[in-house]
Amino acid sequence: MATLQLKNVIKEFGDTHVIKGVDLEVKDREFVVFVGPSGCGKSTLLRMIAGLESATDGDIVIDGKRMNDIGPAERGLAMVFQSYALYPHMTVEDNMGFSLRLAGVSKSERKDKVLDAARILQLENLLDRKPKALSGGQRQRVAIGRAIVRNPSIFLFDEPLSNLDAALRVQMRVELARLHEELDATMIYVTHDQIEAMTMADKIVVLQGGEVEQVGSPMELYHHPRNRFVAGFIGSPTMNFLPVDFQDANADGVQVTLPGGQGCRVPVNGEELAAGASLELGIRPEHLNLDDNGPMSGKIQVIERLGGATSLYVQMDHGMITVVADGDIEHKVGDTIRFGFEPFRGHLFREDGLALESLQRHPLTAINRQANRAPADSGDDQ
Amino acid sequence: MNKPRAAGRTVGGLRPLALQAPAVTLLFLWMIVPLAMTVWFSLQRYNLLMPTMTGFAGLENYEYLFTDPALWKSMLNTLLLVGWVLVITVVGGTLLAVLFQQEFFGRGIARVLVISPFFVMPTVSALVWKNLMMHPANGIFAWIAELFGAQPVDWFSSLPLTSIVMIVAWQWLPFALLILLTAIQSLDEDQVEAARMDGAGPISIFFFITLPHLRRAISVVIMIEMIFLLTVFAEIFVTTSGGPGLATTNLAYLIYIRALLDFDVGMASAGGVVAIILANIVAIFLVRLVAKNLED
Ligand SMILES: Nc1ncnc2c1ncn2[C@@H]1O[C@H](COP(=O)(O)OP(=O)(O)OP(=O)(O)O)[C@@H](O)[C@H]1O
Ligand SMILES: [Mg+2]
Repeated sequence: MATLQLKNVIKEFGDTHVIKGVDLEVKDREFVVFVGPSGCGKSTLLRMIAGLESATDGDIVIDGKRMNDIGPAERGLAMVFQSYALYPHMTVEDNMGFSLRLAGVSKSERKDKVLDAARILQLENLLDRKPKALSGGQRQRVAIGRAIVRNPSIFLFDEPLSNLDAALRVQMRVELARLHEELDATMIYVTHDQIEAMTMADKIVVLQGGEVEQVGSPMELYHHPRNRFVAGFIGSPTMNFLPVDFQDANADGVQVTLPGGQGCRVPVNGEELAAGASLELGIRPEHLNLDDNGPMSGKIQVIERLGGATSLYVQMDHGMITVVADGDIEHKVGDTIRFGFEPFRGHLFREDGLALESLQRHPLTAINRQANRAPADSGDDQ
Repeated sequence: MNKPRAAGRTVGGLRPLALQAPAVTLLFLWMIVPLAMTVWFSLQRYNLLMPTMTGFAGLENYEYLFTDPALWKSMLNTLLLVGWVLVITVVGGTLLAVLFQQEFFGRGIARVLVISPFFVMPTVSALVWKNLMMHPANGIFAWIAELFGAQPVDWFSSLPLTSIVMIVAWQWLPFALLILLTAIQSLDEDQVEAARMDGAGPISIFFFITLPHLRRAISVVIMIEMIFLLTVFAEIFVTTSGGPGLATTNLAYLIYIRALLDFDVGMASAGGVVAIILANIVAIFLVRLVAKNLED
């Protein structure tokens, strides 16, 4: 069992408020990912959990015990650093066994444990090497192995893949997901790469400016972003935002006028909207469909063909909009196209950035990524 | 590592030999000529007090030298001096480097102050130590001893070699500190934090992380200091003049005694050759050690 609670955790460096009151609950064996733009405080939050940085205020509770005043080694956590932080003068084996050596574990037992971890990570033939004789991916695996050997209650990762090339990153991503299954461990993972977040997380925590913007499963964040920031941050290419005019709201949703002058009823809850409220429509590029009778139109400025899909950057009266279309379309730069979307794909944001709640929840938000997990964890995230 | 350039390759129409010529010539004039002359003199009867006795002496000078107890005494002194100063400066420098790496108020000024002895001329620092610190009547040490009611130590007569070691170590400690402090600053903070996560306390971090990280810098310090410490002269000249007896005479000072006090150029040259051989033996071991350390 390993659970973590953060209760109103605050961190200040002198006058700068880096973490402004974070509440978070991490369940046993959950894979939690912190995402957010650079400088939002992800690493700081992780380092506070690890005990490398002290919290200015609030409680850090691991397995029901308040850990604020307990040193990093005694918290029973292991951390994998972005720079790997391997000890350069020690062999892979010594690197992985260092914590056991400090704990006074006998040599033979140490060897057994290191070998076990090495087997999981396919590092058996590299045990005698020094870190400098390893490739980036191998170093990364050693760093993970060093964490595994300690048999921690929670694994902490700070952007562990950001120094790897794209192909290796995908491979390590899969490997980490497998490891999570195999070790049945609680993991907290920091990244600014939203693909990593979407693919690996049970639960994503979106941070901005030291505050939690939203916590939820990847599909929840994608389909039901709580505010404009999360909507823009999750998903690639990023969501399009268009100013729309509010007409009226009823039980079926909110009626708005699109930039082209046509109306559209988005199925969101607009009961509290005042007349004349200014709204913004958010629509993901992949949810815009080319349609000769569509309500919006614009001139193609740039075409990016990826083979399977094509990104069109379209100039509309109010600005640029991105459309992801089929890979086989034959449009050229300069063509004028018409496009539309299914109303339930739209999001409406109030002036203060908060999203109007959808009337229906997307069916995928209820599905757990790991369907075959032990019953202990089958509880929902809500 | 750099591959040697293919021989005969031309750079801008000039052969490498032509480009190297000035440096080689300079080195030749600077090193090979004096070396050859020293070797030549060491094989001559050449005493300024006996201008009539000249001619080829063969190995006679060396025979005298090696049967002279002063040689062995001075060699021992040289090794003791070098050894102790190295121990003090490397150990002290490492500890001070760790200390000065910590954040504390006035660290910048403290760093400058601790480095400053290195900028004092050896003769001046020796004079300062002799008259200001170690003087049995007026020195600060004597004053401290009297403060506690103890008999002041007459440093240069009762602990002559120790006194020299102290003075030289005081001069070279800042050098070691400077190099080691620079090295310690390049220690990856993540490594220290990883070690902390692994359960290492300050002492374990020092021995398992900091010290291995400093190994290269330490070997560089040892090598450079060794070169200069083998030829310590001014400190001895100013304070003890090699005495009492031969207690603080090192090889460099012995050569000086033979050449300029006894005017025996031949024997002094023989001493010089012995010093060169000794330095080379030390250097071979040292270069191996350093090269091995620099490799990995
Ligand atoms: N020791 C410190 N003193 C003062 N400010 C700090 C300190 N450490 C971090 N900060 C500030 O705290 C903020 C959050 O830093 P943090 O390293 O947690 O960001 P991050 O979200 O991990 O960013 P990145 O994705 O770039 O790694 C930054 O604005 C940073 O400047
Ligand atoms: Mg970071």
